[in-house]
Amino acid sequence: MNYFLFKEPIKSGAVFSIFIVALFCLSACNEDTTTLPILGHSYEEDGKTIHHTIPDFSFVNQDSAEITNQNFVGKAYVADHFFISCPTICPKLTKSMLRIHDTFKSEDRLLLLSHSIDTKYDTIPRLKKYADNLGVTSDKWHFVTGDKEEIHEIAEDYFNIAIEDADAPGGFNHSGRLVLVDKNRNLRAFCDGTDEESVTAFLKDIKKLLKEMENEQS
Amino acid sequence: MSSPKYAVICLLGLLLWSYACQYKPYSHGEIMYQNFCASCHMDDGSGLTGNIPPLAGADFLKAYPEKLPCIIRYGIADTIVVNGVSYNTPMAGVPQLTDAEITNIINYMNQAWGNDFGFVNPLEVQRILKECRTVGGGR
Repeated sequence: MNYFLFKEPIKSGAVFSIFIVALFCLSACNEDTTTLPILGHSYEEDGKTIHHTIPDFSFVNQDSAEITNQNFVGKAYVADHFFISCPTICPKLTKSMLRIHDTFKSEDRLLLLSHSIDTKYDTIPRLKKYADNLGVTSDKWHFVTGDKEEIHEIAEDYFNIAIEDADAPGGFNHSGRLVLVDKNRNLRAFCDGTDEESVTAFLKDIKKLLKEMENEQS
Repeated sequence: MSSPKYAVICLLGLLLWSYACQYKPYSHGEIMYQNFCASCHMDDGSGLTGNIPPLAGADFLKAYPEKLPCIIRYGIADTIVVNGVSYNTPMAGVPQLTDAEITNIINYMNQAWGNDFGFVNPLEVQRILKECRTVGGGR
């Protein structure tokens, strides 16, 4: 009997220490130290890898200000393509963008850029009202319009499509990716803006990129 | 009463009870809502801040039940006020929905997301739809 009484504490002690070690391992494993990949087509030139980059652009935002790549120097940003009267996926895209906006409200290094693909209907005053209604301002989130061809073309650089199609609901065929661009104009992550879980994972990717920017600075 | 009879009655009662527990009211309305309404008004009826009115907890649903069938079929271009907030993004109507489908959607919305705005009768919806057809609306 004594033998058993003596054995029990040792056994539970061993179990306990295994548990502690396992917990330590798990917490160490959970520390995700990987960096986000650079996405898109890349090629070698003079021994250097040239990655897909967002080309030069010039659009006009909800405050009638010209918005170019210069507005995003030293910053990361999330881009999407939408239109106000869109009866299909856009409200969910904007809702996801708003979620990102609210999550990183006080984060200066992250901006948002929404391109309207319906350049005819979504005038600057309409974009302004849309942004005001959402309660967001252009120091954080640009809603831009511009040359239709230019906006539809740059959608492809953001892994999206935007095609005018009279038969499509609302008059446009388009996709709903939200794309994360780093300060070197490289694409680093994307998600399905209509899917809440996909956006949740995307928020983690954004945090990862911000961490990378932090490490580069220090 | 013999005991086998008794057992059968008990079993039937149990079956009925378990069925009643699984029964989800307005499941057809829910499917219709998912297909025709949720992309703008969201799965949880929350709408889009400032631009698309919510349906969950919306005073409008309770206050203007007679307007709902017409809005669903013909859309709305006027400003509407929901829970004290003005919304003026035009809503496109869904003309392909039948009277019965519209009824089911309204009854789903009236009971979903914690709403408790009563039940509309299909005949009542049919009557309203006949009247708003002459008035028109939306865009």
